Amino acid sequence: MFANGAAPRRVVVTGMGIACPLGLGVEHVWKRLTAGDSGISAIQSFDTKDLPARIAGQVPSGNRETGGLDLSEWIPVKDQKKMDRFIQLAIVAATEAVEDSGWKPEDEDGRCATGVMIGSGIGGLQTIYEASQVVAAGRAKRLSPFFIPSALINLASGHVSIKYGFKGPNHSAVTACATGVHAVGDAARLIALGDADVMVAGGAEAAISEIGMAGFAAARALSTGYNDTPQQASRPWDEGRDGFVMGEGAGVMVLEEYEHAKRRGATIYAEVIGYGMSGDAYHITAPSETGDGAFRSMRAALRSAKVTPAEVQYVNAHGTSTPLGDDLELGAVERLWGEDAGKLAMSSTKSAVGHLLGAAGAVEGIFSVLAIRDGVAPPTLNLEKASRESAIDRVAKVAQERPITVALSNSFGFGGTNASIVFRAAP
Amino acid sequence: MSDTAEKVKKIIVEHLGVEEAKVTEDASFIDDLGADSLDTVELVMAFEEAFGVEIPDDAAEKITTVKSAIDYIESQKAA
Repeated sequence: MFANGAAPRRVVVTGMGIACPLGLGVEHVWKRLTAGDSGISAIQSFDTKDLPARIAGQVPSGNRETGGLDLSEWIPVKDQKKMDRFIQLAIVAATEAVEDSGWKPEDEDGRCATGVMIGSGIGGLQTIYEASQVVAAGRAKRLSPFFIPSALINLASGHVSIKYGFKGPNHSAVTACATGVHAVGDAARLIALGDADVMVAGGAEAAISEIGMAGFAAARALSTGYNDTPQQASRPWDEGRDGFVMGEGAGVMVLEEYEHAKRRGATIYAEVIGYGMSGDAYHITAPSETGDGAFRSMRAALRSAKVTPAEVQYVNAHGTSTPLGDDLELGAVERLWGEDAGKLAMSSTKSAVGHLLGAAGAVEGIFSVLAIRDGVAPPTLNLEKASRESAIDRVAKVAQERPITVALSNSFGFGGTNASIVFRAAP
Repeated sequence: MSDTAEKVKKIIVEHLGVEEAKVTEDASFIDDLGADSLDTVELVMAFEEAFGVEIPDDAAEKITTVKSAIDYIESQKAA
């Protein structure tokens, strides 16, 4: 790869944007998250009476000023019908991130050095469902010409590139619930290797639909025991946990080559110092019995970051609130941190926003960066009584102020795909 | 303005998100009203639906302005 012998370039985070169940806007969401608010509620957008899981983390309506979503503030009405909701949410988060970064390439070289890598786990599920209804009704010829471009996963990257004229690498990660970390990690590598100077990277998901909920329920992945108390449903590591809570939203970061960011005087939130991946080679939906995949993913990330476990003060866990996965991840972290586990804080912010599938890793990466910036570990809500003791502080219910200079974020997906990313305080 | 013309213009305003005043008979979907090729495909489908007519592809290709849409639909209704 480096035929010229060049060393990988340093990559920093210079912009961030979020649309998630706690609202819109990085600062608004972070304030609510660290205050212990929950974004989980009963599903209102369709009838859930035939479904065993009737709750989700939905992006709240409102307007930009109050931290809610009014699509017309972000996307012209005539264009909204040309894109599935996951693309709409990607555009919202990308717009905030790009504005936050202040990056506006003035010339063609700058535009060609700026790329986009926004992934999704599932893509335009609802759009595909609606199109199938048209075909099933014998009206195949009435299918909208916008059906395919509305459903395709890489069209989130496509739309963002068109909106801003970013002509660099245009790519999209698709690795189920690991998508967000893969997108940010791969995008950082593209910058490190010199394919781009700036990458708009992240994940988006909008699978709170009848077939999305029914499908994950059929796979026995969703919480079904807290339909009447939605805010208590997502409870990572707690003995009462019974599955994940579906969430929707998008997280997008602007990643930038360090010297490039310095030259233009950009605000640098953190540096991306490590990225690791692994495959379980075990089962299509269940994590490997020993947590080995998670362990190797984190170890690879720490190795690439050239830091020891003892130097990491915070882990944002995958922690989906499933009976099996939470303790396997915990065990993998304990094994890797060894004697240093007692100094570590690890929380699952899915307790507040639910599981945003392909957007989770990007949103949680942003939370990890903010944890470093503010020296605050966000809480694991509903962790009343852990199913298993651990030396690791899992930040039960209340945020903790702690010095955090290095943070690691995990995301694991169906298919046995694992990814971990490491951030360090701004250089 | 004929009923057909009025209905055609209403569909164009809805689908392309343009101001009604811009939808003159001479206006071209692509050059004047900001449509792209997929927008025009969708517009023709909307005309078919609204007027209960079938517009074959070779005829659809020639429907590029407001007037050409109105004329084609009128001709089909007269037939």
